[in-house]
Amino acid sequence: MTDAALVHVQKERRSRWMLLTPALVVLFIAASGPLLIVMLYSFLTAGPYGGVEWSFSIDGWFSVLLQRDFFSEELTFADAHLSIFWRSVKLSLLTAVITFLIGFPTAYFIATRPKRQRDIWMLLIIIPFWTNLLIRTFAIMELIRAEGTVNLVLLWLGIIDTPIQMLFTEFAVLFGMAYVYLPLMVLPIYASLERLDFRLVEAGYDLYATRWQVLKRIIFPLAKPGVIAGSILVFVPSLGAYVTPRVLGGGKQLMLGNLIELQFGQGRNWPLGAALSLTLLAIVMIALFVYVRAAGTEENGHG
Amino acid sequence: MARTFDIRRQTGFPAIAMACFILLYLPIILLVAYSFNAGSSVAVWEGFSWRWYASAWENDQVRAATVRSLILALSATVLATACAVPAALAMARPGRFKGQGLIFGLINQPLMVPEIVTAVALLIVFAAVKVATGYTGMGYLILAHSAFCIPFAYMPIKARLAGMDRALEQAGQDLYGTPFRVFLRITLPQLWPGILAGAMLAFVISLDDVVITEFVKSAGQDTLPTYMLGQLRRVVTPEVNAIATVLLGISVVMVVAFFFLSKSRK
Repeated sequence: MTDAALVHVQKERRSRWMLLTPALVVLFIAASGPLLIVMLYSFLTAGPYGGVEWSFSIDGWFSVLLQRDFFSEELTFADAHLSIFWRSVKLSLLTAVITFLIGFPTAYFIATRPKRQRDIWMLLIIIPFWTNLLIRTFAIMELIRAEGTVNLVLLWLGIIDTPIQMLFTEFAVLFGMAYVYLPLMVLPIYASLERLDFRLVEAGYDLYATRWQVLKRIIFPLAKPGVIAGSILVFVPSLGAYVTPRVLGGGKQLMLGNLIELQFGQGRNWPLGAALSLTLLAIVMIALFVYVRAAGTEENGHG
Repeated sequence: MARTFDIRRQTGFPAIAMACFILLYLPIILLVAYSFNAGSSVAVWEGFSWRWYASAWENDQVRAATVRSLILALSATVLATACAVPAALAMARPGRFKGQGLIFGLINQPLMVPEIVTAVALLIVFAAVKVATGYTGMGYLILAHSAFCIPFAYMPIKARLAGMDRALEQAGQDLYGTPFRVFLRITLPQLWPGILAGAMLAFVISLDDVVITEFVKSAGQDTLPTYMLGQLRRVVTPEVNAIATVLLGISVVMVVAFFFLSKSRK
């Protein structure tokens, strides 16, 4: 390489990094840097009134799953934590299933509209997606509370004679999460279905397939990448949900996000809170890794 | 005439889709409707009135939170966009470079890491900084919001750059335009819709944030969403509906504008 070319390459590199600097500085101060501190804190000793003492300890990680009996020093599984883990995973999986059952037919319906109509239908899906999560959770709260619309209608119809307690139950949290994350399922499934070649469907019918067989053997396999993407996109934020279980679960139906908050509030065990945060992050990363691999087989490279 | 066999039809799908759209919008419509309720219930309709908007407007806490939310969202939007434009320009240049994957991950970190984890991380760091410096102003919130708004501002700008004709920039350079002049006169005018779209997304995302704000804010720094979250523990009056409706209105206007802005790209 000539000197001039070398100088040019160096100049190129320097200007590239200069352009990146502002974004990287802000992100380092308020995103990645703090995450490294969390890692550090998870290995420290809990202070008596919150905060930490600067001595190494693995008690934080230890308490994620286990607890030491106060008297006998015996080790047992921390049942309270395990049940919250289980509830988080169970509700997140159920949310993915429910949003799929509603979202798939919806995405299919939109994808089979005339081209000009599709954008309008999609806009109707996108608007709720970009509106405030707290407001949408609040809307569900008003709908299902004891004196809310659902109970009023059921009472008026004479189906029930006392209001059903729906708020502050697992059902409420599940319903709320399915409601707020539904657009995340519809968007990627629509993206795969929109590209579906309906000549394949036609070929299926020519070979005497029933509608169900066509759906199961042709449409569904072709939409699979979208379904996987949608499931991950719903599962990941459900697992880390904080606002929805807090508002609709009313402090009884805790999920991981709420358990983490407790360690920084009433529970006051910062190292445990840090370890729980990293555990949540690890599960999310595994899910995202599965997603990237599934998406990678469909199309190469990232956006 | 025999009815044609529609190969696209799947029995029951249109019905489920319609139920889905009703389910998506009914709760929001009810919420908006009851903000106009003359009575103080959010379930029994007693006639139309603007009283809850008036009462929200006269509530000093709501006013302060509104002003704070707007200042915060505007500052974060400006800062995030100012960071995202050069970053997108650097990433969109031809050729791969060392650390590209890492930087891609860093920029998108706020999208991948659960909000509660980032919130806790910021709480730990900013709590220490607050004790050390004694500063408890809005700076922490602005910084935190800017960081998680960067990927939202970045995405539309990057997309716009990818679809742009780079030959024009080269022509500018060939005609002895300085890099800055080429950027100002050729790149920026083409990039403008992407920047605007990115800024609008950043604004909406900042305006709507609850979790990170709740953990980072100092005492007396409620934004509209954290104020709402605090109110939900008490008996809810349609005043909260009125606040929610206003926030909702801003988001919907922004999203629809964003939608048509990105349509005009083609």
